[in-house]
Amino acid sequence: MAISIHTPLTEEVVRNLKAGEEVLISGILYTLRDAAHKRLIRCLDEGIPLPFDLAGQVIYYVGPCPAPPGKIIGSAGPTTSGRMDAYAPRLLDLGLKGMIGKGQRNEIVISAMKRNNAVYFGAIGGAAALIARSVLEEEVIAFPELGTEAVRRLLVRDFPAFVVIDAEGNDFYETGREAASAQLRQKGSP
Amino acid sequence: MREVAWDKIVEAVAACCIEANCNLNPDVEEALRSAGESEITETGRSVLGCLLENACIAREERVAICQDTGMVVVFVTLGQEVHISGGLLTDAIDEGVRRGYAEGFLRKSVVDDPLLRRNTGDNTPAVIHLSLVAGDGLLIELSPKGFGSENMSALAMLKPSDGVEGVRRFVLDTVDKAGANPCPPIVIGVGLGGTMEKAALMAKHALLRPLDRHHPLPHLRELETGLLREINRLGIGPAGLGGKTTALGVHVESYPTHIAGLPVAVNISCHVTRHASVTL
Repeated sequence: MAISIHTPLTEEVVRNLKAGEEVLISGILYTLRDAAHKRLIRCLDEGIPLPFDLAGQVIYYVGPCPAPPGKIIGSAGPTTSGRMDAYAPRLLDLGLKGMIGKGQRNEIVISAMKRNNAVYFGAIGGAAALIARSVLEEEVIAFPELGTEAVRRLLVRDFPAFVVIDAEGNDFYETGREAASAQLRQKGSP
Repeated sequence: MREVAWDKIVEAVAACCIEANCNLNPDVEEALRSAGESEITETGRSVLGCLLENACIAREERVAICQDTGMVVVFVTLGQEVHISGGLLTDAIDEGVRRGYAEGFLRKSVVDDPLLRRNTGDNTPAVIHLSLVAGDGLLIELSPKGFGSENMSALAMLKPSDGVEGVRRFVLDTVDKAGANPCPPIVIGVGLGGTMEKAALMAKHALLRPLDRHHPLPHLRELETGLLREINRLGIGPAGLGGKTTALGVHVESYPTHIAGLPVAVNISCHVTRHASVTL
């Protein structure tokens, strides 16, 4: 049974989420991927205010397709999070509470998550048309010249995801895989 | 000499771009469905169910299955008796990509320079591989390749003494390291032999083969089925969240090679494994 959560995330909500749990996220998400991360970090280096306040917020690693006529957004599934590992610790230290993407995170990100009580959600890679249905509003708020990589503010309802790495650093990619492979070994599966 | 008009190629490529991105191939859909029946974890079954539902939405609403609509790879098999009238073949393909990606509301994911990284804005250029053959046919096979899986691909120049065991270990190791990143369940193309670039090209081309078809040579067929069995014991599972269904297929292509070498390329493709083809 999926747990419904709302953004911005409170310390308590984050603390209670456990790796492996299925969640439905509602509220505001900010989209951010490679090029926009680079710009954001440059803003921080140069002391320029960020286009949105990070405190309690959740970032979604995505570069959506253009919206066809009559649609709010085009297909919008997660991209590989590992490419953002270089930038994530700095944003977590500034109050970012959650990240949504797919794929493994490195130890530096996980330790920044533990230090800051933050959570990493995995969305289903390639379920982009399905995920787009949870988006109710979309607005480009920074770097429009980056096209699909621009920063967008999304209002979502029941965005489907899994808690992959919780604030204690438990990693469901590892535990889920270990449990499955133990089961497969036991079965001597064909 | 048979004439094929430039415009025809443009139209065909544009249509293939939209078709490949919005319509999950029936062999892949069938493989996802049957994987759902044998998947051992609840999460895995739930993910496979979502992927099938996603494919239905994409087909009905004519939207992209995945937002990463890829860089377009095109294999052209051109008969020597064909003359393309009205312009260059490569220009026709790029114009087709330009139109297909605009008309299909597909994402433009190509940057003009790997270091300067300015988006070209129209998803061109395509990566084109041309084979000249006898006759007057023209076959265009198009495969928009997403980079979540492309980034997890690898190549090794093994020693002949490494043999089939070395090949097996390298493929398993590549899939193991990729984990959740390439959007499992994945399809794996393996190129064996030739030279460095030939191996990579075969690995890519192998991904075009339908999932229900094996290599005709018995020793390579055995390699394919053995690798698939071992990969599906790794436990990575759908979306990497744990399960049996890590791969839907392993396709090997091979070519003669040098007495000193055993090149192996592994090209990983996500569960969408987009492709479409047209004969003109």
